[in-house]
Amino acid sequence: MFGKLTMEAIPINQPIPLATVCVLIVGIVGILTIVTWKGWWPYLWREWITSTDHKRIGVMYVILALVMLLRGFADAIMMRAQLALAAGHAAGYLPPEHYNQIFSAHGTIMIFFVGMAFVIGLMNFVLPLQLGVRDVAFPVLNSVGFWLTAAGVLLVNVSLGVGEFARTGWLAYPPLSEVAYSPGVGVDYYLWSLQISGLGTLLSGINLTTTILKLRAPGMSYGRMPVFCWTALAANLLIIAAFPILTATFAMLLLDRYLGFHFFTNDGGGNPMMYINLIWGWGHPEVYILVLPAFGVFSEVIATFSGKPLFGYRSMVMATMAICILSFMVWLHHFFTMGAGANVNAFFGIATMIIAVPTGVKVFNWLFTMYGGSIRFTAPVHWAIGFIVTFVIGGMTGVLMAIPPADFVLHNSLFLIAHFHNVIIGGVIFGAMAGYTYWFPKAFGFKLHEGLGKAVFWCWFVGFYLAFMPLYALGLMGATRRMQHYADPAWQPLMIVALGGAVIILIGILLTVVQLVVSIRSREQRRDLTGDPWNGRTLEWSISSPPPAWNFALLPTVGGPDTFWNLKRHPAPPGTAPALVSLVIPKHSALGFFVAFFAVILGFSLIWHIWWLAIVGLLGAIAVSLRHAWQAELEDSVSVATIADHERAHQSQVARS
Amino acid sequence: MNARAEVAETDRAPGSHRSGRDRIQSYTLGLGLAVLLTAASFAASSSSFVWGPSIPVLLAVLAIAQMGVHLVFFLHISTAPDSTNNVLSLAFGVFVVGLVIFGSMIIMSNLNHNMLPMDQLMDMQRQR
Amino acid sequence: MNTIVDVASAEMSTGVPLSERGPAPARVVAAFGFWLFLLSDIIIFSALFAAYAVLGGQTNGGPSAIELFDKRQVVLETGCLLASSFTCGMMMIATDRREAALTYLWALVTAALGIVFLCLEFSEFARMVHQGAGPTRSAFLSAFFTLVGTHGAHVTAGIAWLTIMTAQVGTLGFRPMVIRRIVCFSLFWHALDIVWIGVFTVVYLGAYS
Repeated sequence: MFGKLTMEAIPINQPIPLATVCVLIVGIVGILTIVTWKGWWPYLWREWITSTDHKRIGVMYVILALVMLLRGFADAIMMRAQLALAAGHAAGYLPPEHYNQIFSAHGTIMIFFVGMAFVIGLMNFVLPLQLGVRDVAFPVLNSVGFWLTAAGVLLVNVSLGVGEFARTGWLAYPPLSEVAYSPGVGVDYYLWSLQISGLGTLLSGINLTTTILKLRAPGMSYGRMPVFCWTALAANLLIIAAFPILTATFAMLLLDRYLGFHFFTNDGGGNPMMYINLIWGWGHPEVYILVLPAFGVFSEVIATFSGKPLFGYRSMVMATMAICILSFMVWLHHFFTMGAGANVNAFFGIATMIIAVPTGVKVFNWLFTMYGGSIRFTAPVHWAIGFIVTFVIGGMTGVLMAIPPADFVLHNSLFLIAHFHNVIIGGVIFGAMAGYTYWFPKAFGFKLHEGLGKAVFWCWFVGFYLAFMPLYALGLMGATRRMQHYADPAWQPLMIVALGGAVIILIGILLTVVQLVVSIRSREQRRDLTGDPWNGRTLEWSISSPPPAWNFALLPTVGGPDTFWNLKRHPAPPGTAPALVSLVIPKHSALGFFVAFFAVILGFSLIWHIWWLAIVGLLGAIAVSLRHAWQAELEDSVSVATIADHERAHQSQVARS
Repeated sequence: MNARAEVAETDRAPGSHRSGRDRIQSYTLGLGLAVLLTAASFAASSSSFVWGPSIPVLLAVLAIAQMGVHLVFFLHISTAPDSTNNVLSLAFGVFVVGLVIFGSMIIMSNLNHNMLPMDQLMDMQRQR
Repeated sequence: MNTIVDVASAEMSTGVPLSERGPAPARVVAAFGFWLFLLSDIIIFSALFAAYAVLGGQTNGGPSAIELFDKRQVVLETGCLLASSFTCGMMMIATDRREAALTYLWALVTAALGIVFLCLEFSEFARMVHQGAGPTRSAFLSAFFTLVGTHGAHVTAGIAWLTIMTAQVGTLGFRPMVIRRIVCFSLFWHALDIVWIGVFTVVYLGAYS
């Protein structure tokens, strides 16, 4: 009746998960109680949960990312603490079976549910505003995509309290991830959670690519789009091309595990190396999906706060599209040591070095943008400069490992760990935080506390170097990744320094929470009355903060790049604007929430082999979709009066400030 | 005035603005060509007309040609400006498909050549 | 779907490059989005083709391709799918002309051909399993069943979708939303035939050469 699910799935004899789950349950119940008691459900349901507004969905993605950052970082601190203790004969405090789940969960959560969620959230929020249109191409599908991602998040977190997680690392290599060596539910939690959220990500990729290519304001040719839109285009094309490889590969592993197929098994003719080959065919484009939008954020931030147009627009665009294409041609560098031979390794090693060139072009363009500009050292600019220094170092260690003989020494050592954290934290996280700070006023109508924002940056910056520079040294000394303890006590001082760095980053994360609370409480002092708090250059700053549901009362007509900047220099004479007309905006829709609800049921029941419940989940998802298919009225009207009122209010606020 | 304009004139997918008869012709011609190419494939694989080792190449060419027939005659891909996004996306897709299939084949054949097959590796482990 | 064509942008559409005409109409947006989805689907198939190419020789002492495949059945299956692509095109023309009866007719023929295809394929699978050549026998068979089976699953989903679209024409009529969805269906159906070209060439004909 309940498949493999028994009471033993609950970790009563494991204190750390048990304590965590109890705290989580108390917290969640507490939040739900407060929401119910204050009567916020109708508002939350109408305005957020069933919203098809890209701005709301973008904010929800970012909230999801920040919450999952807490969980992923908790895993990180636990690992660092374990390694600071477990030198020589000391065993530390985490048994290996538990440690293995922690590093697997850490990677999975950070890549999929922090990195991807954050950049997709930023792109969702910003793209229609920068393109001068009212919403993305497929608003209901946008909601579906978000909720499917949330479904994946839920499943991964349920694994903490019901069952276990994978012990295979964040990519679940066979044969370890096959049923012969991982008979428990951990790998199944991993696979189903990522298949479900992967579908959401793919929908997002299709949505945003279509938006950029087919929905832009009149006059906005490709050469007049902001650079953030170009990097978003490249990232979303990569999502469309790479995520199917992940879906297919996971499907093959699932077939092996559930139906006894022999794709990657040790016996029957299976070939585990094929999994590694395919998964990195996804994995390498994935890291560019994460970093390209961050590059776009920096292009916007640096241009705005230097008071100059971005240097070398065309070379930026070409570099971005070159990275897009080249990112598919380097994937073997993740398994140089697997034995493909010198010729194959040489090709991919050279390709990996080549891909550093367009990134270098971008770095120089950013530097030349700042040169001669009047730079305002706001918090986003701190993140940008920190990024340039940190990402360049990380990129260089990557090019170092692109040389196969060097990689034979360094593969899967702590040097590798230091490299990818260097580029992901220095690139993706710094970019996400810059974007978060930069666009926060547009989303909520007030700026974040500037001083605390800089404090957050310094904690991340100093903490990062303290946490990861020792790991470069340790890797060169022979330390491997994913080890729960180590024999050589000479490594321990460096491990302790790394723990110190992690604690400083923890302070930074806590300060982010403090910054949010302080900013909300003192928001009246930091109100963005004009919609243009930073003297920006692009169209999102031409409307109110927060924007109305319809974004633009009249779609702007674009004559060149940096449209808003030019508009501010040469405003249109009063009275020449066309008359306002009534508009349609997408209706809110519960489809996303309910599809995700049934997806969670489907996923959970497949994990635990509760077949009848899986059918319920599948049929439920189909039924909800069919009901939506017959929904004829998908749009709401907005009257001229409502639009005119909003415009009037906004103009009077602008005039006052 | 409601701005949800009647978009009959411009609201078309690429290639769908031809007359009805043109379109029936397009589908019929497409079907005919596809049947020919399919027959040629089946014939080539089981006849001795063609020199043996070149049959896989011939089959590949015929398959690609037939995919092209489908794209042009059924899916209405063209060089018109309203089709450019479709063509470019298709090119990108074909690029990735080629890399995934041929890249995997080259890499895996190199790996298989250099590495012991899994069952022999497992035997080695068991014998220890 | 909410592409709004403002009065201002409609006036701009003459003599202006396509990339500067403002947001595209809903039908173009939907068809392009679905085109991108099809590309992603084809990349899923490419990973399965890659697995077939790599693992195709791993028969684990069991039966190999040439021992198992029946060419005449493949010819029939190919004929069914190709004909159904043609009838799908006819259905699309009928839809554009808003002719309900013809739409239903061509939809029925398309679905029927698809069902014949599925029956043929299912009987092939059943025969192979019965012979002890099921997907768990070897890596080659796992790859075969997954690649061909995934294509068959797509055909099944397509027939279900076609049924739903016929019901939508019947209940909602030829409104723009319904027509957009039928356009998407026909893109899907043609793409499945393109994938089948790959399947019969690589899997079936490939076994004989």
